[in-house]
Amino acid sequence: MTIPHPAGYRPAPDGNHPPLLSEGYRSTVLRAPSEAPVVLRHRLTEVTGPLLTGDIGPNDHDLTAQHDGEPIGQRIVVFGRVLDSDGRAVPNTLVEVWQANAAGRYAHARDNWPAPLDPNFTGGGRVVTDAQGNYSFTTIKPGAYPWGNHHNAWRPAHIHLSLFGRSFTQRLVTQMYFPDDPLFAQDPIFNSVPDPTARQRLVSTFDLEATRPEWALAYRFDVVLRGREQTPFEEPHE
Amino acid sequence: MSELLTPSQTVGPFLSLGLTWLEGHLVVPPGSPGAIRISGVLTDGAGEPVGDGLVETWQADAEGRFDHPDDPRGATGSGFRGFGRCATDPGGRFEILTIKPGPLGDGQAPHIDVTVLARGLLDRVVTRIYFPDEATANAADPLLASLPQERAATLVAQETGPSELRFDIRLQGDGETVFLAV
Repeated sequence: MTIPHPAGYRPAPDGNHPPLLSEGYRSTVLRAPSEAPVVLRHRLTEVTGPLLTGDIGPNDHDLTAQHDGEPIGQRIVVFGRVLDSDGRAVPNTLVEVWQANAAGRYAHARDNWPAPLDPNFTGGGRVVTDAQGNYSFTTIKPGAYPWGNHHNAWRPAHIHLSLFGRSFTQRLVTQMYFPDDPLFAQDPIFNSVPDPTARQRLVSTFDLEATRPEWALAYRFDVVLRGREQTPFEEPHE
Repeated sequence: MSELLTPSQTVGPFLSLGLTWLEGHLVVPPGSPGAIRISGVLTDGAGEPVGDGLVETWQADAEGRFDHPDDPRGATGSGFRGFGRCATDPGGRFEILTIKPGPLGDGQAPHIDVTVLARGLLDRVVTRIYFPDEATANAADPLLASLPQERAATLVAQETGPSELRFDIRLQGDGETVFLAV
């Protein structure tokens, strides 16, 4: 029995994603594979993927409501749509987020830079997109923090996002930044994206319309995952 | 159509704040019929363990089917999650408890797709786990057959005991695992 090969997903254009070896970011030097990746034609395992929508807790979308008190910091709403590159919504897909607190410290045993921990902030959250691909979560604006990559290195404020889409090929982990951050120019992680236009797609936009009056500022961050080929790849039968 | 894709960025060293699930490594509950434990160590180009990584797996069920609408044979409706995730410990170790996937019926040998995320990886890297008791199917598998033998061997797990497989992932250097562009 043979089954037809499914339509695959279109590759990212050159320069859209960072190269794995990016010497300005020192940790890549021993972790980037030396060999070029082997191209794998998309088959069933690649065009399917985990559809994870369960186990979302009541405060998972609100990082300011996970403890007895409220965390210190500027309260913000981060929202947007998850789309594919054909503009189609990606509904019912898990979005996981994590971030530092307002002082730039992660609630993690291995983050030892001497900024205060906030007993009311853990910094992890998750949401599932609605039928139109919308997601929204409430948090506080993370602080910048120094790291040991190079002399006087500082990470721009950012929120980590992890997305699954609907297929193994659409899996994406990224970071969302804030507009006009003066730390962009010296950050090798932000600048690891070769195409400067693509790099700007990592920067959220302040959205006055979405701001909640007398409550929270709002930043929009749309995420675009790979779109699918229109037709199955044809190949001769063996 | 435009391709205005959101670029990838590293998970950084603190991914466990957002991505660790207590029972993420349990693709199937302990004690499930046919359960196998696949464990391994993630290492870098100096042979050092990567203690801040995450390994994720995706696979078909024992019949080679997916509970997913984009399987052209139809979603099974079985609720089989097919997904595992395990953060590496300080020794770089990870493990998942799963069942062996069945053949998909498209000429490929049974396999599990793997995503590796870590500080220092600006994009995920992808590989595959194949099974040591499938010599005939592995020999006919389009991916394995396209690789030199010693490279293909990096994709085949080793049996270390009853229902126990070992699959090490070497990011760089000697015995570097074959990674896949998907």
